[in-house]
Amino acid sequence: MARTIVPIGPYHPLQEEPEFFTLTVEGEKVVGIDVRVGYNHRGIEKLSERKNFDQSTFVIERICGICSTSHPYAYTRAVEDVIPMEVPPRAKYIRTVIAEGERIHSHLLWLGLAGHFLGYNTVYMWAWKLREEILDVMEILSGNRNNYAMFTPGGVRRDFKPDDIPVVLKKVDSIVPTLTMLKKAVIDDPVLHARTKGIGVFSKEDAINFSALGPTSRASGIRKDVRKDSPYGAYDQVEWDMIVTENGDVFDKVVLRILEMFESIKIIKQCLDKLPAGEINANIESIPPGEGIGHIEAPRGECFHYVRSDGTNRPVRHKVRAPTFMNLPTYKATIVGQTISDATIILAAIDPCYCCTERVSVRTVKGKKLYSGEDLIKLSQAKTEKIREQLRK
Amino acid sequence: MGVKLNALLKSPWVFHLSTGSCNNCDIEILDCLTPRFDIERFGMVLAGSIKHADVLLVTGSANRQSMERVKRIYEQMPKPCLVVAIGECSLSRGLFIHSYNCPVPIDKVIPVDVYIPGCPPKPEAIIAGVVKLIEKVKASQKEAKK
Repeated sequence: MARTIVPIGPYHPLQEEPEFFTLTVEGEKVVGIDVRVGYNHRGIEKLSERKNFDQSTFVIERICGICSTSHPYAYTRAVEDVIPMEVPPRAKYIRTVIAEGERIHSHLLWLGLAGHFLGYNTVYMWAWKLREEILDVMEILSGNRNNYAMFTPGGVRRDFKPDDIPVVLKKVDSIVPTLTMLKKAVIDDPVLHARTKGIGVFSKEDAINFSALGPTSRASGIRKDVRKDSPYGAYDQVEWDMIVTENGDVFDKVVLRILEMFESIKIIKQCLDKLPAGEINANIESIPPGEGIGHIEAPRGECFHYVRSDGTNRPVRHKVRAPTFMNLPTYKATIVGQTISDATIILAAIDPCYCCTERVSVRTVKGKKLYSGEDLIKLSQAKTEKIREQLRK
Repeated sequence: MGVKLNALLKSPWVFHLSTGSCNNCDIEILDCLTPRFDIERFGMVLAGSIKHADVLLVTGSANRQSMERVKRIYEQMPKPCLVVAIGECSLSRGLFIHSYNCPVPIDKVIPVDVYIPGCPPKPEAIIAGVVKLIEKVKASQKEAKK
């Protein structure tokens, strides 16, 4: 059958961010996909190198608006790993609360958009209405709706006020009934079953081969969660379960994210109850030369930061690996063989975040040499030398 | 021009364009459309295609990849049209002013009618900005009549 190429993007109503998909189709069936990113690249890693360690946190926060806690969290952990040091316990609890609040709002955002893509605008409106409540909680706790600016190497920048905590607990409790209603509406709906069950199946073998992260891998039955595997913050001091589903289709990813929100609510409530007294910032004096890594479980998977310091007040190298970087290639396994009308929801199922993924990476091909800037200078100097010798003769 | 602008302001359809922002302003725009803020009651609807839109909402600092495309999208828009720049990045590039990939603010690429500052601006601020835009156009119309 003749192959047709369907270009989607880069500016299209499907997702808020610009990205360019090329779907190769045979009739209704998708036989190939290619993704092109780069419309969002802002050179954040380089920007981070010209700011000092404290200022960098704010640049890192603006890698992505939805993950505006995950990136600073991983970055501050990387900087603390350079020293190495422990954060005061109160700061750990505050960080955990903020990170879980972000997880709820990110999952609700995704649930709403997924409903919208399937033609269920009711789910979209309900999810986003509920999301406002969480944003209110975050505004009470941090003063901001989106970019919380709570993190700093060594602790947090703002303390929770004692008066706010009962208000927040009440608000978090008020979310649960609506969320339960939403869960029932989504899980019991026959139309949603028909649209998402068995669609875009991502098998366990594929999940291992592609090194998928976060909900994308957990929906395929892989028990992998940084919060459990190498606990940070207050995650080892509160009780919660890792949600794992088995089938790997879109439906399982929806269910997994909804159930994860209930766990997040559990974590927030326990953290606010147990909140220890004491300092919130360790006030780092100086950062010694060395390297450090920080990884945390972002709503989309493991977020990884690497920082190298040379003893000055700026990082010499800062590397960011966002979860979507690993999850994006899984399209090759999920979308091929599906119909083009299901492409939208499969593309959205990994909860892609292209802003996070917009990093420059260098790939080496076997047998081919890649020239760095220094190599080119050497080549140029060698040529001048050659010409000089020829002229001498 | 008068009749056209009147029709334009009755229920302005908006198109949202991210030229390399961090998602935050984009989410706040979508927030405006959802139940808490619900600007649909004023007749504002998010248009799927630029060819159906009256107002262009631009977010983000135009980077080298998107600059040409933003121009092309603006040219496709039916005129008269209005452009709103949302967020610090599209105003002055904000934090990214020293970045190698953000050469100019958005108003050097396309003409902008209203600027809404903030990182990100709250939905209330976006709504206030759009109201100011409508008032500005109405005022200029009255002056033209005189």
